[in-house]
This record gives sequence, structure tokens and C-alpha cells, in this order.
Amino acid sequence: MLSVNGLSKTFGGFTAVNRISFELAEGEILGLIGPNGSGKSTTFNLIAGALAPSEGSIRFLGREVAGTHASKVAHLGIARTYQIPRPFRKLSLMENVALAAYYGQAERPTRERAWAQAKEALALVNLPSEESARVDGLGAAGLKKLELARALATQPKLLLADESLGGLDESEMNQAADMLAMIRDKRGVTIIWVEHIMGVLMRVVDRCVVLDHGEVIAEGKPESVAHDPKVVEVYLGTDADEVQRAVAGRAA
Amino acid sequence: MKSSLAPFIALAVLALVPLMGIGNYPLHLLIMVLLWGYVYTSWSIMGRLGMVSFGHGAFLGIGAYVVVMGWNSYGLSPWFGVPIALALTAIVAFLIGYPCFRYKIVGHYFALVTLALSEVTRLIIVALRDQTGGSLGATPKTALAETSWSLGALQFSNKIVWFYVILVFWLLGLWVWKKVDESMGRLALEAISQEEDASASIGINVTRLKLGVTMISALMTCIGGALYAQYQLYVNPETVSGIGISLQMVFGVIAGGMYVRLGPTVGAAFTLLLAEGLRLGFGNKYHALDSTVYGLMLVLFIIYMPKGILGAAMEAMGKRSAPQPKPYSR
Repeated sequence: MLSVNGLSKTFGGFTAVNRISFELAEGEILGLIGPNGSGKSTTFNLIAGALAPSEGSIRFLGREVAGTHASKVAHLGIARTYQIPRPFRKLSLMENVALAAYYGQAERPTRERAWAQAKEALALVNLPSEESARVDGLGAAGLKKLELARALATQPKLLLADESLGGLDESEMNQAADMLAMIRDKRGVTIIWVEHIMGVLMRVVDRCVVLDHGEVIAEGKPESVAHDPKVVEVYLGTDADEVQRAVAGRAA
Repeated sequence: MKSSLAPFIALAVLALVPLMGIGNYPLHLLIMVLLWGYVYTSWSIMGRLGMVSFGHGAFLGIGAYVVVMGWNSYGLSPWFGVPIALALTAIVAFLIGYPCFRYKIVGHYFALVTLALSEVTRLIIVALRDQTGGSLGATPKTALAETSWSLGALQFSNKIVWFYVILVFWLLGLWVWKKVDESMGRLALEAISQEEDASASIGINVTRLKLGVTMISALMTCIGGALYAQYQLYVNPETVSGIGISLQMVFGVIAGGMYVRLGPTVGAAFTLLLAEGLRLGFGNKYHALDSTVYGLMLVLFIIYMPKGILGAAMEAMGKRSAPQPKPYSR
């Protein structure tokens, strides 16, 4: 479905992403992991059209999308969330999501349809859809959900979920993970999930790509990646043990 | 119901006022309130959606001067002059807007770019003094030597005619405001003004939407300039272009309230009364006194009454009666 080939991005003399390549099959949940500053978010921005790559290609459903403008990428069926939520604070939750439904699809729906789709997206992430529900009332977990609802309302084929789950407690993290799995299962949306805490992600992803210093250092099933010496080295002293436990728990 | 009929009754009363034999001066003031109300409304159409322009003096100036120069130099009727002015305004608005919106020049930087635009327009008018009359201004050649009105030259000696012409444009301005207000584009532009990148990520074509609303606002302002020139039969670079008038527009709108439909018109009445009051009170002794007072009051309004006179008044009334949150209707 998505095929990234030799993708690079340099900012001045700094190489944020260095010739990375990976493939994504339809219906997959791919975990894109790596420590802070490893190039995950840049990769995301490149795919979503927020940044133009310095080099390389991104093919989505057989079509070159590298360098395509963000709003166009959305119309092609790629939606994204932001690591730090970026809600439209002065609009209601409903308006936030309805805008995405109205403008985010290749064929513009009627307003009635956009509102119906927004309602559905809000329901999917368990947020209220009354006009009176405001962004101000939401906590960290609620804002993450709003990001998801807004992305889903564009009726994407591919969801780029920048879910750094920092700021959430453990049960909220698990809920977020389950929600992504549910979105894939119910809506048939293919997902790339960016995360730097590996444990929670390992429970639901089908496959992982591990980045470090802008390069792919490992790729494969969660259990093999978690025991890969290079990955363990990158995460050493952080949560390698925990990750291996999580993967073991998933098999059991 | 009472509330749905009230605007029409008010409008009918307003339309009858000139026929009640009020003097020339009050009628002139009323016309000026409607004319500037129309111009301020035009400004607000983009201003309230996060694009604060100090460049509308340029569009006003183009509207006024192109029409007057076309008539004086080439005998071109305003009926042809206005379309030319509109075309020129569209070109200028595009040349200034497109790069700004494409490269995300927003907020203060956008204000600065547009500020330069209105000043450049004023300087061009002054520099072309052989054609424009420079800083002394210009008077359209009169077509009223033997008659009291000329439709071809768009000159009418009777103020009552002007009152109705300008009333129509003012109503049109309010109608455009309503249409923009009810459109999805308004909601999208509000979203853009809060989170531009996130707006693009959900498929909103930021550049196109911003450019669209800028065009509407600029073209309406250009017509305002032409109306001003034809009504006053005198144009001056200071009164239709440059920083002064651009600042006055922003001040008027903020004073009146830019988030309510009649706010800009209330602002126009307020600025006009203020200017007339200062003129009558102090004469022309203190040059630029009005600009100084505008600047000072602008600061005070932004701090103490950010919603403007009408916005604050409506809020106060809303608190007394039942609070009615206005949901976005489809």
C-alpha cells in the first residue's frame, strides 16, 4: 500500500532522516519506533506532506506522493495525528471533526453528511458530539482522542498516528492501544503508529521499523525486534526488559 | 416574532430619515457612517478571520484614484473606471496575498507587509503628481454644470440620491458578511487562524481559502473608494490611502466590534463622531490630533473592550436576558 524508498531529509547540515526504506501492506499496523530525535516525526511529516523530502520516493497506492501538499495528501486518503495535539481550540469538538469530514475527502460531502460522519468519528473514540462540548474541557487523553477523531473523519485508508503516549497513565495508554487496534479491525484502516515507549505498542503492532539517528536499524515482528541486539543497545537502560516482557505477555 | 421583525422596521425608519427634511449636515454624517460602515464591514470580512490587514488603504485608493483619473484624463465614465479599478485591485491583492499565504506569513508579519502596501500606494499617488494632483488631491471634472445629475459620470448633486446608493451598498456588504459567516469557509478560516498546519492536514486548502476571502474584502473596499470619490467629488492621497486611513479602519472595526455584523458600522459612527467632535472642539490647530487619539484609544479598546462597543453591549444584554449560546447551524 505504501512504499518508502531511499527517503532523506536534511535541514541545513543536519540529516534528520537518512535514506530510509520500508513497505507497508494494506490492513497492517506498523510500529515506527525509536528514541527521541531518531527521525520518526520527520518521516511522518514527509509522508503527510507537511515537509518535502530532500531525496527519495514515497509511493501510496501506486502513486508518487513525495512533495505533494498536505491538503492534497489528505484527499488521497492519508490522515495524521500530531504528537502534541493541535485542536482548533475556539471551535466545538463537533466543528473540529466536521471540518475534517467536509474538507478531508476527495469528493466533498454535503454538510449534513459531514456532520453525520463527524458524529460517527466522535462516537468511535468515545467523545461527546453535542454542539456544547468544547475543547477546553478535555484532558491529555481527550485531546489525543480528538486528534484521532479528526483524522478518522477524513475517511482515511492510511492513518499516521503520532501517539507519543507520554502524559497518559498506564490504563490510558492501554486504552489508546486498544483503540488503534479497534480502528483497524472495524474500519479497515491501515495504521503507522509512531511511539518511543515500546512496551505498549508491542502489544498491538504486526510489525516494527526501528529508527535511530535517522536510519532504519531493525525491522520485523515485535518479538524479533525486541531481542535484536542493536535495538536493545539503543534502548539499553530504558525499557528493553519491559519490552521483552510485553512481547512475551502477548504470546501467552 | 418581535426579534425577527425589528431589523426590517429599523431599516424602514433608516430609509425614511432623509425624507423627513433633516438638514444637509446630518444627512452628510449619515451618508458617511453608511459609507465607512460599508468599508469597515469589507475590511472585517477578512480581519475577523485572523488576517489583520493594514493594507486596505491601497484598495480604497485604487478604487478612488483609478476612477477619478480615468474620468479626468481620458473622459472614461466611472462605469468603465470601476471595473478597471476592480481588476487592478484583484491583481494587487493577489500579488500581496499569494506569497503571504503560500509562505505562511501570518499575524504581525502579515500586518507589516500590508502596512507597506498601503504606504507604497500613497507614495505612488503623490509621486504621480502631474496626473493625480499629488498631495493636493484631485477633483473629478464636473458633469453638473447644466444639470443636477449625470448617471454616466456618476455625479449627483442631491445628497438624498447618494444616501440611497450608499444604503444599498451598505446592505450588500452586510449580506456578504452573512453569506461568509454561514459558509463552511468561515469555520475553516477560523480553524486556520488557530492551527494552520493542522488545517492543511485535514485537507483544507489554506492558500486558496485565504486568497478567496481576501479578494472579496479587497474588491468590496475598492468599490468603497470609488463611491467615496464620486460622493465627495474630491480625493486626496491622505484620506483614501496610506497608513492613516488604514489604521483608522482597523481602529474603527475594533472599537465597534468585529465579531458582530453591525459592529463595523457602529465603529464607523464612533470614529466619525470622534473626528467631528475633535474638529469642532479643537479646530485644525493641532495637526494629527485625531490620529493620536485613535492610537491611544486603540490601545485602550484592545485592553479593556476587546469585543468592541457593540460586542460588549450585546454581551451585557445577553447576560441580563437568558443566555443563548449560538450553535453553528448547518
